[in-house]
Amino acid sequence: MAMLHTVNKSPFEKNSLDSCMRLAKAGSSVLLIEDGVVAAMKGTKHSNAVADAMTDVSFYVLGPDLKARGLSENNVVDGIKVVDYSGFVDLATEHESVQAWL
Amino acid sequence: MEDGDQVIKKFMYMNRKSPYGTIYALESLEVVLIAAAFDQDVSLVFADDGVYQLMKGQNTEEIGMKNFSPTYSALGDYDIKKIYIEKESLEERGLSLDDLQDLKYEDEDDDWAEKDSIHLVSREELAEVIDQQDVVFSF
Amino acid sequence: MKFGILVNEGPYTHQASDSAFEFAKSAIEKGHEVFRVFFYHDGVNNGTSLAVPPQDDRHIPNRWSELAKDHSVDLVLCVAAAQRRGMLDEDEAKRNGKTSNNVAEGFRISGLGQLIEAGIQADRMVVFGD
Repeated sequence: MAMLHTVNKSPFEKNSLDSCMRLAKAGSSVLLIEDGVVAAMKGTKHSNAVADAMTDVSFYVLGPDLKARGLSENNVVDGIKVVDYSGFVDLATEHESVQAWL
Repeated sequence: MEDGDQVIKKFMYMNRKSPYGTIYALESLEVVLIAAAFDQDVSLVFADDGVYQLMKGQNTEEIGMKNFSPTYSALGDYDIKKIYIEKESLEERGLSLDDLQDLKYEDEDDDWAEKDSIHLVSREELAEVIDQQDVVFSF
Repeated sequence: MKFGILVNEGPYTHQASDSAFEFAKSAIEKGHEVFRVFFYHDGVNNGTSLAVPPQDDRHIPNRWSELAKDHSVDLVLCVAAAQRRGMLDEDEAKRNGKTSNNVAEGFRISGLGQLIEAGIQADRMVVFGD
């Protein structure tokens, strides 16, 4: 049963992403939203951890939240897929359940 | 998931925040007590700072807030007996189960023997439990 | 698919309510059903009828009211959380001896059981908070 995990916190501020990555089972997906989108960017001190986690877990980032913050889609860690709200809804339907790491 | 006409889903309540600094712990507990009346499969998780919710000896007299920690010991009476605590979260905070309330329930299928509600689980075990849930509420 | 949504934060301070609204709007546009949005914690403040945001800003409570009207979304404010935070409908105001009420159109006040029921009925429950 694959789960969709949403993370809305910057890893520079809170440990939500860390907890999510440590407890998300292989085969599940993580969607970064709100302030959580900063974790998708290349060249941060968290980029390697995210890239490593991607061997087991698929990563997505919400494009509208990137844009709002002036962050470029072209600058996200390789392999992270950018989705819009429609894509967010699709991810929710495609997974068995959704957990928010607040 | 189906039990006759009655749908039984696995509901998980994920607690990752300390009590008192914000209201989330208290209002999460309020949901859990209501949820108990719905005959669903209820689990509680305490991970990260959520483990502080179960500390023994909480005394809120000097902060002027209500100490709601005694309510956790009533969970067994509400038939809530799956309480998972992540071992690593305790260790990282220099805590052990001895620092936490001892939560029990009476097993009606075993002559009302008193049993532990608390399950100390590793990260891997907890990941497995989370993955099996139908509905996850986090506050 | 049938969605239930939980909103844990009030309007304007956190993005949670905005994200929940965008998600709900998009789900409805795609032909899904959002049958209930449950507002808990400070989330109950999304249901105030007294908000007067600046003209050039979004009107969060009105936006929810319109969504409820156009797509019969059930907007529920948790009664316990609402009472703590001074959100009262006409009945609750009367019962508690208050002279005014402040629940916006399309919202109703009810118990936490409505949240659990949403979890049971919905195919997916999506939580937005802080």
